[in-house]
Amino acid sequence: MPLLKSGKLVDDPWTHVADEVAIPASGPVIVGLKRWREVRAALIKRKDPVGVRLQSDHTAGDVVDDLEHLGVVALAFPVFKDGRAYTNARRLRERHGYRGEVRAIGNVLRDQYLFMQRCGFDALEVKEGETEQDWQRATGAITVFYQPAADGRETVIRKRHSQTS
Amino acid sequence: MYRYDPLDQRLVDERVEQFRDQVARRMAGEITEDEFKPLRLMNGLYIQLHAYMLRIAIPYGMLSSTQLRKLAHIARTYDRGYGHFTTRQCIQFNWPKLEDTPEILAELAEVQMHAIQTSGNSFRNVTADQYAGVSADEIDDSRPYAEIIRQWGALHPEFSYLPRKFKIAVTGSPNDRTAAKFHDIGVILKKNDAVETGFEIIIGGGQGRTPMIAQTVREFLPRHDLLSYLEAIMRIYNLMGRRDNIFKAKLKILVYKLGIDEMQKLVEEEWNQIKDGPLKLPQAEIDRVAAHFAPPPFETVESDPRAFDIHKFESLAFARWARTNVAAHKQPGYAIVNLTLKPTGGVPGDATAEQMDAVADLADRYSLGEIRVTHEQNLVFAHVKEADLYRLWRALDEIGFATPNLSLIGDMICCPGLDYCGLANARSIPVAQRIGKRFADLDRQLDIGELRLKISGCINACGHHHVGHVGILGVERKGEEYYQITLGGNPAMDATIGDVVGPAFSSDDVVDAVETVVTTYVKLRADGERFLDTYRRVGAEPFKERLYPEKTDAAA
Repeated sequence: MPLLKSGKLVDDPWTHVADEVAIPASGPVIVGLKRWREVRAALIKRKDPVGVRLQSDHTAGDVVDDLEHLGVVALAFPVFKDGRAYTNARRLRERHGYRGEVRAIGNVLRDQYLFMQRCGFDALEVKEGETEQDWQRATGAITVFYQPAADGRETVIRKRHSQTS
Repeated sequence: MYRYDPLDQRLVDERVEQFRDQVARRMAGEITEDEFKPLRLMNGLYIQLHAYMLRIAIPYGMLSSTQLRKLAHIARTYDRGYGHFTTRQCIQFNWPKLEDTPEILAELAEVQMHAIQTSGNSFRNVTADQYAGVSADEIDDSRPYAEIIRQWGALHPEFSYLPRKFKIAVTGSPNDRTAAKFHDIGVILKKNDAVETGFEIIIGGGQGRTPMIAQTVREFLPRHDLLSYLEAIMRIYNLMGRRDNIFKAKLKILVYKLGIDEMQKLVEEEWNQIKDGPLKLPQAEIDRVAAHFAPPPFETVESDPRAFDIHKFESLAFARWARTNVAAHKQPGYAIVNLTLKPTGGVPGDATAEQMDAVADLADRYSLGEIRVTHEQNLVFAHVKEADLYRLWRALDEIGFATPNLSLIGDMICCPGLDYCGLANARSIPVAQRIGKRFADLDRQLDIGELRLKISGCINACGHHHVGHVGILGVERKGEEYYQITLGGNPAMDATIGDVVGPAFSSDDVVDAVETVVTTYVKLRADGERFLDTYRRVGAEPFKERLYPEKTDAAA
């Protein structure tokens, strides 16, 4: 699956490992939460980095104590209209100060790139055929932001009152 | 009223171009209808039974005459010459062509309007009291806060894909005219002991198939914390609201399941984490928005009750209209005028392009160029000089918007029903028309007194039947339309949900059944008792006895 990382199509260095599949000895891997919990100690000791996949009914709180060990937190959109991952992404970034990769997986659509970016996603597993231009167009179409979010873009209220405050 | 600054304007302009691109991709077949659907819904474009339907936001019901003329122009140019005002203080057009919609939105942006989030599982149009800023009974003006909420909710990156659509009402008056208790969130303006404006926050109200009355989650919220508190509620709802069953996805179900105490605990925990962050509202922003709603330059005009009385004496029709459709204004010498879009036998809430143009002209002449849309599908002129009432009445009568039936049985709320809507089980407009004709005698309506009749064509309850003093719900049985009657609903602060009175009536019988309800009330009422008061006193039994005589006999 193509990976858009910070707006660029890149080769994905990470391998998703399904729950029932053996974890390869080397190379960066992303495992499910259940697997992470089962073999946490061994995964932390592993030389190559590890990431965790959260389903949409998991929360950022499920990995909050492990963030220092995680290179990626991948948040699932089982369908595009399941918006829970937006909240989890913001919590990871804004509340827990997570600086690793926050990745959107699943039903990731171009017209949601902007919201994802605003909530703190910096990597998206996208459909075949999506281009960097699509990313730029989708995240550049709107340049006015009423809400403070994880991307730190200046809000309308701040712009309006920056001279006076 | 609020005027966009360059940033507000840029957002709607960019949104139009974004949608133009999306429609072009759809027309070129680059995206499927399935992929296009969420995009069009975020811009208020539905597919109904026969055609697309475009719903345009009228934030808290406030319109300028310029905006209303634009809506008339859109009705004439892109639609079939009329529009329909809705219970969210919006307007919808029932026959636009897909390829025209980007241009319609571009025309709207020219007059600072849009259709953002009038559909989809996100914040819907924020509603407020149509008498805000002019009624004597209000604590403070609700509109600045409604506007601040509107902006915060527009294209919210975290809350655009909620479990379900989300409705917020703001009211500044204890005589609530917004049905705040039946919203996902009701924001009720209050003063604390230091006479500072803040809010009581109520959550978990709603109609639909599981009607519920909102409960208080916070007694008093300082005004600078408004957005952080709303964000905290939304965050709990976004994470915990059900997504596996559309009928259990609203906030009310979550509040019911957790209980208000647990919900409050979760919200307050979340809020404590974010309340001192960037969502704290600067006083400068509250002041900036409030300045847009400063009282207009009223003239010092003496009330001249004698001239008013003479007109009333000379014209019985004017006297009747002045009694039903005119409300007290806080400024001496001024009045609030309700334009009822409920002509006898007409379609509740509909207005033609010609009527809209005429209303815009009258608003310029008599009400400082401002019009308000009510959730009861009427219009309001908020600043009419008493001395102009007679002339205004004559002009409104000519265009059919002076039916003297505000809050009477003819002033029905009615959803579009099976004549337009893809979700409906039964028609509602023809029932409203037949009831209107049955009670065409305005003297009789006045004698019956306040009676809020509300009709929905399906269980989604867009016609607010649960909170009608008399509610009518269309259902479908073996291909036939039937109508269930509820009694005793009330959307005000002393809210109640109507009781189902018994088995549904056929389309042929439903008007007779309403007649029976009304005559039963008239027989039972004490002096000065409204329908609702009588119902609360005597209960459903006397109504049941007369509506279902065979059944009662058999039981006896």
